[in-house]
Amino acid sequence: MIAEIWNWLSDSAHWHGPDGVPIHLREHLQYSLIALLIAAAIALPLGLLIGHTGRGSFVVVAIANSFRALPTVGLLTFFVILIAPHIHSTGTATYLIPSEIVLVLLAIPSMLTNTYAGISAVDPAVRDAARGMGMRGSQTLWQVELPNALPLIFSGIRSSFLQVIATATITAYVSLGGLGRYLIDGLAQQDYPQMASGAVLVAVLALLIDVLLAAVQRYAVSRGITGRYSRKRIVDPAEQQAMIAAAPLT
Amino acid sequence: MIRFDSVSKHYPDGTVAVDSLDLVAPSGQITVFVGPSGCGKTTSLRMINRMIEPTSGSIWLDDQDTSRIATHELRRQIGYVIQHAGLFPHRTIVDNIATVPLLLGWDRNKARARGRELLERVGLPAHFAERYPAQLSGGQQQRVGVARALAADPPVMLMDEPFSAVDPIARDQLQEEFLRLQNELGKTIVFVTHDIDEAIKLGDQVAVLRVGGRLAQLATPAQLLSEPADAFVAAFVGRDRGYRALGFTPVGELATHDEPTIAMGSALTGAEAADGWLLAVDDQGAPQGWLRLADSRPGADTTVTEDLLHRGGTVAGADASLRAVLDACLSSPSGRGVIVDEAGRLAGTVTASEVLALIERRAPADPNPQPVGGGGQ
Repeated sequence: MIAEIWNWLSDSAHWHGPDGVPIHLREHLQYSLIALLIAAAIALPLGLLIGHTGRGSFVVVAIANSFRALPTVGLLTFFVILIAPHIHSTGTATYLIPSEIVLVLLAIPSMLTNTYAGISAVDPAVRDAARGMGMRGSQTLWQVELPNALPLIFSGIRSSFLQVIATATITAYVSLGGLGRYLIDGLAQQDYPQMASGAVLVAVLALLIDVLLAAVQRYAVSRGITGRYSRKRIVDPAEQQAMIAAAPLT
Repeated sequence: MIRFDSVSKHYPDGTVAVDSLDLVAPSGQITVFVGPSGCGKTTSLRMINRMIEPTSGSIWLDDQDTSRIATHELRRQIGYVIQHAGLFPHRTIVDNIATVPLLLGWDRNKARARGRELLERVGLPAHFAERYPAQLSGGQQQRVGVARALAADPPVMLMDEPFSAVDPIARDQLQEEFLRLQNELGKTIVFVTHDIDEAIKLGDQVAVLRVGGRLAQLATPAQLLSEPADAFVAAFVGRDRGYRALGFTPVGELATHDEPTIAMGSALTGAEAADGWLLAVDDQGAPQGWLRLADSRPGADTTVTEDLLHRGGTVAGADASLRAVLDACLSSPSGRGVIVDEAGRLAGTVTASEVLALIERRAPADPNPQPVGGGGQ
């Protein structure tokens, strides 16, 4: 089986032309990114607002629970039936819009709940200090709450990304492109190496994106929160002396 | 000066947190709010910088009604220190300290320079500047909390149980340094604690509050110990009041006796002491501890060494309080309390009965005794 997947993937014919891997990869990324950007534009501000004010947390719970329970393929069919007749387009928009709606709905819960949870989990003493120092509400949010919530927010974004990339295969089900093509077409043609190769490509793409986001997260989150300062603590003997001198002060 | 003008705080469920509080916290002094939990001390403190809005009454900063100042501007003029320091975990120590200067629009370099200056001021080494709060101990974090509150040099500081979450030894040290700092800076400070000992140690005046947010007594620490206003205050101030009150009375003229001494390292051969106890001193004449001749003469060539000394006794300075002098007597194994001069050299000894005689001769209950030692009083 592995040899067959390898053969399929290393066949240069599969990497060229309108049905080649680069084209479908680009389509797949495009569908995913559009959905994630729209979802982020909805979920992140909403999560920040609800976390900061502490009001409306029931919205988060309701959305998270109900959206997660939705059957994706069923929803896609539903939206195609509902929306497609109203779109007068010769291009792909007829199917693209319903697909994006489904992917957006899929991407929202992780980002929303994690953003909300990250903000509301900020130490109350830290928030109290920020207010007491004379920060306005928005300054507290941007300068204190958001930086401290970043690890959870990032994990929400990454988990949404993984879900959307994995699920964007369903766009092929409604005649669009993307890596899902190999799954749908492979199934129809009983070409299992093609199907398996499509699955491998999706997995590799998801992993690459996650590695990329992990790198961004590492750069964006303060070392004071991640605790990555400890590795730096070696060598300097002057510092060690000072540590010893300062020890009784603790 | 901070003035409470019949300030009350009622909650919608009917709870009265603070009930018609009238009080003045004078400029340049430490006013301590103390009382059991539920007495409204923290609520009262937080109404000063409007973290909590009073239901009625007004609070004045000098001649300004605080309710007429925008909250964020009011708070930037008031230093704020809280129990667990509340440092920003994502910012370095120097940036934590620079928080208020940056909010006030200072240039970043100037704010950081100010941060470094304050780091030193609160007794932390300069290389802590680039660390993060999680790398510091609780006591160190609290020092940073104090530095952060001082950064924009506010005339008023609010401190909400700042030292209660650190271990006792660190707390003692923080209190001492806080008093030293206040001696230099002379801020108007309102300090909340549930610990009456801390209140008495730090306060220029102490406001004892009772449950339901009523002021039970406002007095100097000495007055509080000698004349509690009622049974509640008396019970709250606690035991050993008579003894603790001696801590506020300077000993004044003290007739000491010469004490025979023996130098460290010298031979014990031929040493004599009337009651068997000899005081060992170093070559500067500073007392080191008591030596019992009976224990220490196994050989003729034995010399006075560290491990022969009894170190249980405390030592009182010539300008100490009656409490410190009496304690020196009571803790001394020979029964003679060791008194030293300003340089720490032996001045002489006194006995407990002589100190008691001094206490008995003293005018009963001086309502405004001069504060003693310790600084900041």
